[in-house]
Amino acid sequence: MEFLHFDPETDFKLLLAVPLIPLAGYLVQIFFGRFLPRKGDWLLTTGMFVTMCITLLMFAKALYHAYSGHGEDGHATAFWQHSTEHGMSWSWLFQASEAPDSPLNLTVGILYDGLGAAMLAVVGVVSFFVHLFSCGYMKGDRRYHIFFANISLFTVAMLGLVLSDNILFLFIFWEVMGLMSYLLIGHFSHDPDSHRITHAAAACKKAFLTTRIGDCCLLIGFMMFFYHYQTFGFHELWEATTTDVAANGWQGWHNVAGLFLFGGTVGKSAQFPLHIWLPDAMEGPTPVSAMIHAATMVAAGVFLLGRLYPVMSPDVLLFVTGTGALTAIFAATIGMTVFDIKGVLAYSTISQLGFMVAAIGTGGLGLVAGLFHMVTHAFFKACLFLSAGSVIHGCHHEQDMRKMGGLRKKMPVTFICMLVCTLAIAGIPMFSGFYSKDKIVQSAMMAGELHGAHSAAVAFAGIALPLAASITAFYMFRLIFMTFFGKPRDQHVHDHAHESPLPMTIALSGLAFLGMFGGQFWLANMDIMGSKQTWFEALVGVHHDYTDLSGFYPGIVLQNTYVGLDPAKVEAVAHTAHSSAVVTSLIVASLGILLAMVVYLFNKIDPARVASTFGPVYRTIANKYYIDEFANKTVIKGSVVLALVLKWFDEYIVDGIVNTVGRINKVIGFVHAWFDATVIDGLVNLVGGLSNFFGAALRLLQTGRIQQYVSFAVAGGLLTAAWLILA
Amino acid sequence: MALGAYVAVSAVLFTIGLVTIAARRNILYVLFGIEMILNAANINFVAFNRFSGDGMDGRMMAIFVIILAAAEAAVALAIVLNVYQLFSSTKPSDVDLLRE
Repeated sequence: MEFLHFDPETDFKLLLAVPLIPLAGYLVQIFFGRFLPRKGDWLLTTGMFVTMCITLLMFAKALYHAYSGHGEDGHATAFWQHSTEHGMSWSWLFQASEAPDSPLNLTVGILYDGLGAAMLAVVGVVSFFVHLFSCGYMKGDRRYHIFFANISLFTVAMLGLVLSDNILFLFIFWEVMGLMSYLLIGHFSHDPDSHRITHAAAACKKAFLTTRIGDCCLLIGFMMFFYHYQTFGFHELWEATTTDVAANGWQGWHNVAGLFLFGGTVGKSAQFPLHIWLPDAMEGPTPVSAMIHAATMVAAGVFLLGRLYPVMSPDVLLFVTGTGALTAIFAATIGMTVFDIKGVLAYSTISQLGFMVAAIGTGGLGLVAGLFHMVTHAFFKACLFLSAGSVIHGCHHEQDMRKMGGLRKKMPVTFICMLVCTLAIAGIPMFSGFYSKDKIVQSAMMAGELHGAHSAAVAFAGIALPLAASITAFYMFRLIFMTFFGKPRDQHVHDHAHESPLPMTIALSGLAFLGMFGGQFWLANMDIMGSKQTWFEALVGVHHDYTDLSGFYPGIVLQNTYVGLDPAKVEAVAHTAHSSAVVTSLIVASLGILLAMVVYLFNKIDPARVASTFGPVYRTIANKYYIDEFANKTVIKGSVVLALVLKWFDEYIVDGIVNTVGRINKVIGFVHAWFDATVIDGLVNLVGGLSNFFGAALRLLQTGRIQQYVSFAVAGGLLTAAWLILA
Repeated sequence: MALGAYVAVSAVLFTIGLVTIAARRNILYVLFGIEMILNAANINFVAFNRFSGDGMDGRMMAIFVIILAAAEAAVALAIVLNVYQLFSSTKPSDVDLLRE
C-alpha cells in the first residue's frame, strides 16, 4: 500500500494538474471545438475522466492516511497537506515597492485537507458523470461545443476553488463559477427555436444579479478580515482570529465581518431571501442544473462556511442556524406544491442547503454533519436531476408532472436510479442521505438542548429541521408517484416515452451507486458519541468527540464551539440526542412517505380537495410565499423608484447646478465681453484714434513740396531772428 | 572798402539764392539757388576773415565749402538725372511717390 502514501513532491503536482487538464480542454474546445469530430465532446469527457481518476487517487491517499492509524491512540490522524509548508507556493502578485514579506505580496498554494479531498472527489466524479450525461442529453443542440466548453471551465473553477489555500483565490474561482452559471442558465437564450428564449435570458440575468449581492458581501467580509489580520490564507486567518479572540474576546467587527462572509453563502447557496434565483435557474439545460445548481456550485457556499468556520463568532453562527432552518422549512413547503419536475428538485435543493447551513451554524457535530451532507447530497441530488433530465428527455421535453405517470415500465433504469436517490434524500437507513441527515437532526437537537433556552434561532432549528425532513420525504415521493406510478395522465406523452441512451444511463447508475453507498461506505470500527464513525469523520480527523476539531483545523483552538461548556455534558447531550435523532429521523421520513403513498399512490385523499380546504395557505405556498412578488414590489420597484428619484435629482439638481454655473459663467462672459469691447478696446482705439487724429493734422504740413518746406524754414528763421532782435 | 559792403553783397546773393529756391519750379534752378547761398556764405567767411586780424581760418573754411558744394552738385545732378529718367520731369513737385 506504499503507493497510497501522500508524497508532497509529486502529489502536489498531480493536484495542480487537476484543474489544469480541464482548463487545457476548455482552451482547445472554445477555439477549435466546432471543427472537431462530434464537436469535441469526447475530448472534454476524456479529460474529465482523467481528472476524476486523479481526484479519486488523491482521495484514496487521503483516506488511506486517515485509516492507517498513525495517531497516539491508534486512531486516525487528521489528513492535512498544505503545499506552502513543503515550499511549494506560487507568487501571484508581487509588488516590487513593498518589502518581500509584505502581506500585499500575494502567493497562492494548494490546501488539501480532509474536507478538500472529499469535495475534490465529489466535484471530479459529478463533473465526469455530467459530461458523460450531456453527450446524450444535449445531442443536436446548436451550441453543443459552447456548452461543453462552458461546463468544462466551470469545472476548472470549482476544482480550483476547492484547492486554493486562500480566500482571495477562492473568491476569484467563485466569481468564475458565477459567470459560467450565468452563461449556462442562459444557454437556450441563444437558440431561436426555443420557445423559452426570453425565460432563459431573464433567468440568467436574475441569477447573476442576485448572487452578485452575496458576492459583494463576501468581498466586504474578507477584506475586513484582511484589514485586521493582513492575510488571505485560510490557516493564517484561523490562527490570527482564534489567538486574537482567545486574548481579547469576540469583538463587534467580528460579528459584522462574519455576517458579510455569510452573505456570500446566502447568495451562492440560495439561502433565504436570496434563494429566488435558484428555481429560475432551472431554465438552463438539465445537466447544468444537476452539476451547478445542485451538486457543486451551490455547495460552494457551504464549503466556504466549512473553510471559514473558525472565524465565525457565536452570534453569527446563531444567525446562520436561523437562516438555514428557515430556508429548509420554507423551501420544503413550496416543494410540495410545485408541478414542474425540475422545480420540485430546485426547491428540494434549497431546502437541503438550508439543512447544511443550519447544521454548520450549530457548530461542532453540526459542522461535520453539514459538510458531510454536502458530500452525500451532491451525489444523490446530481443523480435526481439527471434522472429528471432523463425523464424530460424521454418525454420530449415535457416537464409537467401532471402529464406524466406510469413511466416506471418505460424507463426502468431511470426509475430505479431515481428511486434509490429519493430514498437517500428522504433519509432511509442504508442509503447515504440517512447518515448525514441523521447527524444534522442530531446536531439540531443537541444544539436545542444546549442553547435552545436562550436562543430562538436554535430552538426554531430544533423543530424546523425534523419537520422539513418529513416534508422532504413527502414531496420527493410525491414526485416519484406522480412520475413513475399510476396511470398515464397524458397518453400522448406516455406513448412516446422511451429509455435514454447508454451514456446517460451509465451516468445515472454511477451516481445512484454513490447515492446509495456514499454515506456508509467504509464504516470505521470506532464510536463517536454513540454512533459509528463515517468515512467523512475519519477524513476530517474527528476521532474522539466533536469538542475537539483540531484534526479538522490543525493547531487551532476553536473559540466558537462548545465554549464554556463541560465536555462531559456535551457528550451526554450528544448521546441522548443521537438516540432520539435516529428515532425522529425514521419517524418523520416514514410519515412523509406514508402520507405521499396515501395521497398519490392509493389516491385516498384528493390533493385538490386539500388544497381548496386550505385555500389561502395553499395559494400562499404555491405562489412561493409571494417572495418574488415581494421582491418585485419592494426591491425591483424600489430600485426603479430610486432610479426615477435619482433621475429627477440628476435632471433637476445636478443638471440645475451645472446649468446655473453655466449661466453664471455666461453672464460673467457677457460682462467680460462688454468690458473688453468698451473699455479695453476703447482705450486701444482711443490711442489709435488720437494717433490718427494727430497724424491727419500733421499730415497737412507734409505736402512733399520742397519749396514749401524752404518757405516754412525761411519764415521760421525770420521769426526766430525777429524774436532774437526784438526780445 | 568796409566790411558792410561785403556783407551786403553776401546778403543780396543769399536772398537771390533763397528766392530762386523758393520760387523756381525747375529743380536745376533750385540747385543754382543753393550754390548762390553757399557762395554768399563763402563771401562772408572770407570777408570776416579779412577784417578780423590774421589767421587763415575763414579762408580755409571757404575752400572747404567750395569742395563741399562741388561734391553736393555732383550728387545732386546724379539724382536729378535719375529723377528725370523715372519721372520725365525735373520739377520737384512731380516727385511725389512717397505721398500717401
